[in-house]
Amino acid sequence: MARQKPEPMQVVKQRRDAALNALVQGVPYIQFLGIQFDRRGDELTALLPFDEKLIGNPMLPALHGGVTAAFLETTAVIGLSWASLWEDIEAGKFDAADLSAGHLPRLPKTIDFSVDYLRSGLPRDAYARARVNRSGRRYASVHVEAWQDRREKLFAQATGHFLMPSRDD
Amino acid sequence: MTMNKTEIAQKFITMIPHSRALGMELTHVGEGEAHIEMPYDARFVGDPETGVISGGAVSALMDTCCGAAAMSHPSSPAGTATIDLRIDYMRAAQPGQTIRAKAECYHITRSVAFVRATAFDDDDANPVATANGTFTVEAS
Repeated sequence: MARQKPEPMQVVKQRRDAALNALVQGVPYIQFLGIQFDRRGDELTALLPFDEKLIGNPMLPALHGGVTAAFLETTAVIGLSWASLWEDIEAGKFDAADLSAGHLPRLPKTIDFSVDYLRSGLPRDAYARARVNRSGRRYASVHVEAWQDRREKLFAQATGHFLMPSRDD
Repeated sequence: MTMNKTEIAQKFITMIPHSRALGMELTHVGEGEAHIEMPYDARFVGDPETGVISGGAVSALMDTCCGAAAMSHPSSPAGTATIDLRIDYMRAAQPGQTIRAKAECYHITRSVAFVRATAFDDDDANPVATANGTFTVEAS
């Protein structure tokens, strides 16, 4: 027999988007900051649209260092969770209706997070991507980069360690 | 006529839009010391299953508190910006409880302020998180 016929594109997209939405929409703090996620295949880019309440230094003005840290940490947690759930999502082990009804997968817990502030965050949109450098059964190490206008001109980067949720439920 | 450091720091905190958005309150500022509280708010929850406050909100509290401690140091002439901040999360904060951060600027040079901080909920014996950071010392 030849290989199986691929699933229709809309079915695949709908399943992935439903899983990502369930992951992101369920967290109040992500909604408070206004963080969105753009998905291309399995690659996620976090977007932080500018808002006045994100300002830390009104004189400059510049983004609050805490906003930058929170944006990077959120990107790391969602990116890590997304990467660890990807196989299950692809295998159709996630029921989208069940997910949207609030039965969310447990998120990884931050053990430590170290932010490197490279330049001040300008009062405009910011973007970030996470790279999972190591993901074991219990621990994971994730690096995140954030930029504004030019991808190669980072305004902050961070590394964090995370405790993975137990997978026996 | 001239405001003292405490007044400047206090004024500065209330002028920060994001600190205000998170409901932060400066409860103490000394020479190189700052205490800031952040009351529990359902909008800052990071884990919907448990109602535990997001690590990101705790980071914002730690960053503000460390910055305030750096600025309040007698050798710091003016403002500051974070160079680096590391946070260790010891345990989840109890849902419903205010998080209180205490920061101390334990060393300062002409260019860099070294700061550490600890955050607690109602349990004073077990910290929720600790932080270690370096901040710029801006010329006045």
